[in-house]
Amino acid sequence: MDSHAIVTGQEQHEEHEEHPAYLRHHFVTVEQQRETASFGMWLFLLTEIMFFGGLFMAYLLYRNWYYDAFVAGSNTLGIGLGTTNTAVLILSSFTMAMGVYSAETRNRKGLVTFLSLTILLGLVFLGIKSKEYHDKYVEHHIPGASFSVEDFVHPADKRDVPLAPDMAQHAQLFFFLYFAMTGMHALHMVIGISILFFLLYHAWHGAYTNGHTSTIDNFGLYWHFVDIVWIFLFPLLYLISRHPLK
Amino acid sequence: MHISPVLWQFLVHWLTNSALFPPEASAISPYMDAFYFFLCAISAVGLIAVAILVFGFSILYRKEKSPVATQIEGSTLLEATWTIIPLALFMICFVWGALLYFRIYNPPTNAMNIYIVGKQWMWKAEHPGGQHEIDSLHIPINRPVQLTMISQDVFHSFSIPAFRVKREVIPGRYSTVWFEATATGTYHLFCTQYCGTDHSAMIGEVVAMTPDDYQKWAAGSTSGASLAQNGERLFASLGCNSCHSGEATARGPNLSQVYGSRLQLADGSTVTANDAFLREAILNPSTHVMQGYAPIMPTYQGQVSEEGLIDLVEYIKNLNSNYRIQQTLTTSQLAPGQAGASSSGTPQVNGPARAGRTAPSVPGTVNQ
Amino acid sequence: MSTIVTLPNQEEARLPKLSYLNSEYGLKSWLLTGDHKRIAMLYLISITFFFFLGGAFAGLIRLELLTPQPDLVASDTYNKLFTMHGVIMIFLFLVPSVPATVGNFVIPIMVGAKDLAFPKINLLSWYLYVAGACFLVYALLNGGVDTGWTFTTPLSTHYLNTHVITAAMGVFIAGFSSIFTGLNFIVTIHRMRCPGMTWFRLPLFCWSHYAASILMVLGTPVLAITLVLVMLERTVGIGVFDPTKGGDPLLFQHLFWFYSHPAVYIMILPGMGVISEVISTFSRKRVFGYTAVAFSSVAIAVFGFFVWAHHMFIMGVSNYSALVFSLLTMLVAVPSAIKIFNWAATLYKGSLTFETPMLYAFGFMGLFTIGGLTGVFLGSLGMDIHLTETYFIVAHFHFVMVGGMLMAYLAGVHFWWPKMTGRMYPESMSQLAAVTTFIGFILTFFPQFIVGYLGMPRRYHAYPPEFQVLNVLSTAGATVLGIGYLLPMLYMPWSLKYGKIAGSNPWQATGLEWQIQSPPLTENFVDIPVMDHEAYDYEWLAHKTEHEVTTVG
Repeated sequence: MDSHAIVTGQEQHEEHEEHPAYLRHHFVTVEQQRETASFGMWLFLLTEIMFFGGLFMAYLLYRNWYYDAFVAGSNTLGIGLGTTNTAVLILSSFTMAMGVYSAETRNRKGLVTFLSLTILLGLVFLGIKSKEYHDKYVEHHIPGASFSVEDFVHPADKRDVPLAPDMAQHAQLFFFLYFAMTGMHALHMVIGISILFFLLYHAWHGAYTNGHTSTIDNFGLYWHFVDIVWIFLFPLLYLISRHPLK
Repeated sequence: MHISPVLWQFLVHWLTNSALFPPEASAISPYMDAFYFFLCAISAVGLIAVAILVFGFSILYRKEKSPVATQIEGSTLLEATWTIIPLALFMICFVWGALLYFRIYNPPTNAMNIYIVGKQWMWKAEHPGGQHEIDSLHIPINRPVQLTMISQDVFHSFSIPAFRVKREVIPGRYSTVWFEATATGTYHLFCTQYCGTDHSAMIGEVVAMTPDDYQKWAAGSTSGASLAQNGERLFASLGCNSCHSGEATARGPNLSQVYGSRLQLADGSTVTANDAFLREAILNPSTHVMQGYAPIMPTYQGQVSEEGLIDLVEYIKNLNSNYRIQQTLTTSQLAPGQAGASSSGTPQVNGPARAGRTAPSVPGTVNQ
Repeated sequence: MSTIVTLPNQEEARLPKLSYLNSEYGLKSWLLTGDHKRIAMLYLISITFFFFLGGAFAGLIRLELLTPQPDLVASDTYNKLFTMHGVIMIFLFLVPSVPATVGNFVIPIMVGAKDLAFPKINLLSWYLYVAGACFLVYALLNGGVDTGWTFTTPLSTHYLNTHVITAAMGVFIAGFSSIFTGLNFIVTIHRMRCPGMTWFRLPLFCWSHYAASILMVLGTPVLAITLVLVMLERTVGIGVFDPTKGGDPLLFQHLFWFYSHPAVYIMILPGMGVISEVISTFSRKRVFGYTAVAFSSVAIAVFGFFVWAHHMFIMGVSNYSALVFSLLTMLVAVPSAIKIFNWAATLYKGSLTFETPMLYAFGFMGLFTIGGLTGVFLGSLGMDIHLTETYFIVAHFHFVMVGGMLMAYLAGVHFWWPKMTGRMYPESMSQLAAVTTFIGFILTFFPQFIVGYLGMPRRYHAYPPEFQVLNVLSTAGATVLGIGYLLPMLYMPWSLKYGKIAGSNPWQATGLEWQIQSPPLTENFVDIPVMDHEAYDYEWLAHKTEHEVTTVG
């Protein structure tokens, strides 16, 4: 292979064939770049599944061992807030999907609108989550030194079965997993929202409505993944043998 | 397993004295060593095969002798051969290993039981007759001995290389291993799971003695009260009596024939009440409620040490008359010359605790 | 001894005017590079540093073990030494060794691409490696960690007051470095192959890295979450793994070994890839049974996920799960055996020369065979009872990791050194180093098999006096081994200035990387090549060399 001298910069750019500015030089075609980025994101999401998997394994084991404590713990989670959050997140997935559609149809204003809505809904989700965490704090359900077994040994709701003290202590494991799993999920939401701000800024300047939709597509995948994780978390944490609504 | 006795003895004698092997001091050691020979043999064969190929081809096909290489794509026949032969050999290893494993981890029913508690950084051995040892274990030869072990803190591992046995000693659950010593002597006892600062100091000796010597040792080392007797005292002091009084209307089930029986739990499942179950029932009673009883038993987590739990478990075990009789027979077989069952501290239920011998009682041996 | 090395006329030869090394100057051009070759060099320097740090700890350990008494260092210090040795060697050396240096450098060129799929993520991988390493160095400088590299709970969560969280954080971050590298490789091999480069025309080096990358990508996240749980348990105090609080210490073991067993295949598979390339080149032959070797790599990766509990045979797993895991362990041993035989068969009717990479490859074949076979000892349930947690295990994994992987790494570095730097290392010095390493290694680790069967436990600071002779032999070997490893540190830098100019293909090897200049241009190829021949096609090479007029410079 011969090696003619390569000059960097504008000169080189003029030398070879026309291509969009966003084509990275180690790719041959835009198609290759797009498919590669997409493959990369899917693979990354697979690693995220494995990451959450460890927590799901721990949940599986301890729910099996301490079912009664898990039932009691689950029933103390606010079903109203939880359901609202689920709806909020699903809605945000919808707005994200609309954002992807806007990018593909080169609709800059639409993209900006939908990205903003997604951010807003994400923040609403996190806000409701903080309220829920605060409620747990107030009720002394945060595992650790401040945990109190009172609500489990002497439950206020008549339908709740009182637990023996040792089983009530195991409710701490439920709450630990609750905080660990929803906390890890929330961390992923925070990262997602931060990236959304970044995307919003660039979308405003037309970066994703000129044919280069790859970034928005792949971020959409990430956002939907975070949504799907929540859809698993919600029933597993909130709906364990839940009492019917009055 | 049959190996030529003459060849075997020669090999054993030679190998034991050449310090490549630890002494073969238990019934299972020769089997372990035989398996080891087999594994070494197939490894040697495999290594020599590879070495011959590599060196042979290096000499035959070095560039001076073979200036042009012949491109060969492959050979399905060869691939099949060197897939199937190693696989077959490894399967033999698997089966042999599995058999050996089941043998070591499934104790015979007539094994005498000794409890081991591991903690940073010492081993405590508790004989049912009330003998307590630290960093040592006295056992009789030619008698199956089962160790029921638990850790008070972190993972440890109880290892006696001369007997070729080892088992992890885990916090929170019992693990068991058994062996039958065949040669008297003193052997190494090691902790083989890294457990902190003095892991390498958590060593001791296993003293294998003739049954006579063991009896003498047991007689001279007892603390005065057997584990079951300690357990009885603990049972009373913790207030277990108030619910488990043995009456029909009691709040807790009668424990007298519980050990070893099949129990119906409140959640519908059936379990066998073994050592682990008894220990768990004391620590996590709400998941071990028997059918027909309310889940009112408080947990004793944090209130009883592992030794205390062992005492209680021993006590409950001895409430089962079949078990008691079997243990008496087991211990009496230790001194075949002595007349009758010299009771080595077999406890009496609901009666005054009676030490079965007149050895001076060592004060301060009630549960720690 | 004759040699295959073909160098340009040294009177006239010069390094190419432009290459990736001089295309840009300045620290920023290196620290903010997207060029996979520069990133490979960054990794090479980092992991070499950590190799010697981990090696220094090993030296101290062996020094202590000269005598049965604990007389060189305090117990806590000794515990920290073997912990840091393990953590550094595994996470900061072995896991990135071949993939991050040679793999990063060569894989894009081998597939016919101008770079990896995600150059910025490649750079991020290096920074994550450095960040993780910084956490570990911080822990080291502030008293060290003594959990053992296995972070066993409840010891690591409740019974130690060293910098466990810092160390766990370091490993956590370095783990992401590994995940991103693996992700990059998988996507590159799938999507960046040049026209004509079908899967079965890829060099086996790519297959091995593909398999290792699957393991990296799927296994490492589980380690990450496990360490998060350990860190949380230490801070919050919840008994996830603590039996006194309702937790299960065995859960940690399952989660930890679910990664850590595939980790050993992450470490060895890239080395096996190197061996394929080296044996082929120095026999002048295609690898015997290409398809078998390729599929064996993938089989090792797949089976490797299902054997983790063979680290837990004596820990109270049920008899039945022990049976299943032992059976699967026997199955995972078979593909490795297949590879060894295929490599040996590659030598048949070849035209062999014995340059340094080939010597290391031979060393690998012998030592990995022993190491792998002793794995069968340990995978056999009954035998494992006696051997587990003794020096037998230590010997086993050092045979496969050091006798196997480290030798393969050195083979790889020597083999691709001319490509990476444009210069040859001095052959006689390097052959001496290879032989020294081999002899030193056997002397160090073979006695450990014996002392292990005798019952000497691992991680022991002091030991019964009857084990001393074997320990002294082992330490003596370690000294020789150390010399063997130090020699390249002398002659490799020397070669950068004084080594012979290599030209594009000193080994007369096939493979796209040998058809371009040494060192390569930043973009590797001016035009993306079209692959029109099979892998290891020496006839194509002969035809090409006959018909081309090479211009160097």
